[in-house]
Amino acid sequence: MNQTPMLEVRGLYKYFPVHQALADSLMRRPHSNVKAVDDVSFSLARGEVLAVVGESGCGKTTIARTLIGLEALTKGEIVFDGKLVNAHSQQPHIGLKQLRKRAQMIFQDPYESLNPRATIFEIVAEPLVVHGMIKDRKERVAAVKSALDDAGLRPAEDYFMRYPHELSGGQRQRVVIASAMVLQPELLIADEPVSMLDVSIRAEILNLLRDLRQKRGISIVFITHDLSTVAYFADRIAVMYLGRMVEIGPAREVLQNPQHPYTKALISVAPVPNPRLRRERVILQGETPNPINLPSGCRFHPRCPVAVDMCKENDPQLIELKQGHQAACLLVTKS
Amino acid sequence: MNNGKPLLSVRGLTTEFTTPEGKIARALEDVSFDVMPGQTIGLVGESGSGKTTTLMSLMRLLPAGGRITAGKVMFNDTNLLALSEREMRDYRWKSMAIVFQGAMNALNPVMKVGDQIHEAIMLHNLMDEDAAEKRVKDLLEMVGIARTRRDQYPHQYSGGMRQRAMIAMALACAPDLLFADEPTTALDVMIQAQVLQLLREIQKSLGLAIVLVTHDLGVVAEVCDSVVVMYGGKVAEYGTADHIYNEAQHPYTQKLLEAFPDVSKPGDTLASIPGTPPRLTNLPPGCRFEPRCHLKIEKCSQVNPPLLEVSPKHYVSCILREGAEADL
Repeated sequence: MNQTPMLEVRGLYKYFPVHQALADSLMRRPHSNVKAVDDVSFSLARGEVLAVVGESGCGKTTIARTLIGLEALTKGEIVFDGKLVNAHSQQPHIGLKQLRKRAQMIFQDPYESLNPRATIFEIVAEPLVVHGMIKDRKERVAAVKSALDDAGLRPAEDYFMRYPHELSGGQRQRVVIASAMVLQPELLIADEPVSMLDVSIRAEILNLLRDLRQKRGISIVFITHDLSTVAYFADRIAVMYLGRMVEIGPAREVLQNPQHPYTKALISVAPVPNPRLRRERVILQGETPNPINLPSGCRFHPRCPVAVDMCKENDPQLIELKQGHQAACLLVTKS
Repeated sequence: MNNGKPLLSVRGLTTEFTTPEGKIARALEDVSFDVMPGQTIGLVGESGSGKTTTLMSLMRLLPAGGRITAGKVMFNDTNLLALSEREMRDYRWKSMAIVFQGAMNALNPVMKVGDQIHEAIMLHNLMDEDAAEKRVKDLLEMVGIARTRRDQYPHQYSGGMRQRAMIAMALACAPDLLFADEPTTALDVMIQAQVLQLLREIQKSLGLAIVLVTHDLGVVAEVCDSVVVMYGGKVAEYGTADHIYNEAQHPYTQKLLEAFPDVSKPGDTLASIPGTPPRLTNLPPGCRFEPRCHLKIEKCSQVNPPLLEVSPKHYVSCILREGAEADL
């Protein structure tokens, strides 16, 4: 099997400049930035599912958008299948169009991500048109049919001429998945693909993604705020807080033996569907601070239930605790 | 505590809508449950199962085209459905209040948050201006918002704070019963935990009964004493939280629980329920769940099963329920 990682992210930064008032710019006050992603590195093996978890504003969606080139990165390197993305260097590189042939994104809201005036056939066939693949009409129909089939919309022909408004939320999300899968990508970036769906339908979509991954060996970056969904099918979990990765490791390890206090709190508030198992929760007070003026030291210290004085001054880096399990907390030491 | 008289008793509530095409949609059919004083009851179900319609029927706030065609809603000793609109107004806010779905958009964006709460108090002639002003600030403090933020506008609040402000507003006239419609749905897990904790605290300190509407079985398991599972406008199963989560008898409840991912059991496979919920304008003749049910027998497509008690305080509407062999 190919040993080159599917994706490698090295020192990724994404800052969004804050609009400055005229007076401030006349006074030559320094520009401030929203530090959406602030030095994040990780890699993704072929066929692996990595879940990126965190609250709103932690930078998880920005990472997804940066990976697929929807946002230009501020600093850092993204390496796809051993090739630098969009580089103008001597190194082997891959352009955005090439990248998007092989890496596809699924968005959160199936009610807004489908063109309401296009038929399902047009929607699913569009990526083939954009990338100039499969020019033959018959072959194209066959490709669309098999993508819809794989996405669980059967019989596929019945959906060809229908419009998004005729479909339920679950069916729409299947169309979104079909149009991502029609190119047979190697990497799928799914941004909260089930958070808008009902419970019974949610399970179907998660099962579908799991099947696609088993059958096709596709790699998935799965972005979500819901740890319970992640528990179900991720191989590894990365927990983010305010633009930084605070913990990363094998899914079971992170869920059953969390090290970072933020991860512990997140797990403790994930509702468990059994009233006999009501537990002690660690409910963090307040809300995520503003990513323009980050707290000093460890950025989690103002809300951390176990913070000590040194947390206000020292910014912790990820340290390896066990094989593949890393956490960024001053109070966590190697076992 | 459940031996006393219910605060709210709903019996056989049936609500219908006339669609713009002139069709009749039966949104609720024969819905029955009790809310005890100080109790939290969860109304769970998927979109279109009738959760919100139940709340709107109980508050008599159905939109145009909707009407209650049968049933009784007893609040203490008064049948709310027999009251005139004028009399009903005395019950809303003062006896029963509602925290609407989508707190993000339920506040008036061009009015100070404090003024909105103030207005709710003054409309009900409960106290004079000064006392009301003090009450506004007390309410904000109770839900964890600094008194100084009284004069801010909704856009200056975060999502979690807006939800808290909505709760403060619902509590303005000291109701006995609070309806909360998906109060945590749009919120992050941590903020959700904060809001649920707040609801528990105010319930304890005010002795409030809460009807919590949600599609999230995890949230219900965390906070509810009893649970009503709704499907296609009917009550599929109704019992204590323990009945529902550990002794579920309706196939829908069982499947729903299996479909819910559990953070404490990583790697577990998830069951899914094939098919989609029924259209309310075109309901199946027998059991509402029959087309999607994995246990159905022939009779299920002919008989619309009533809600029957299978053990004390545990009700199921399924012809395959325990001890039902005799009826078959």
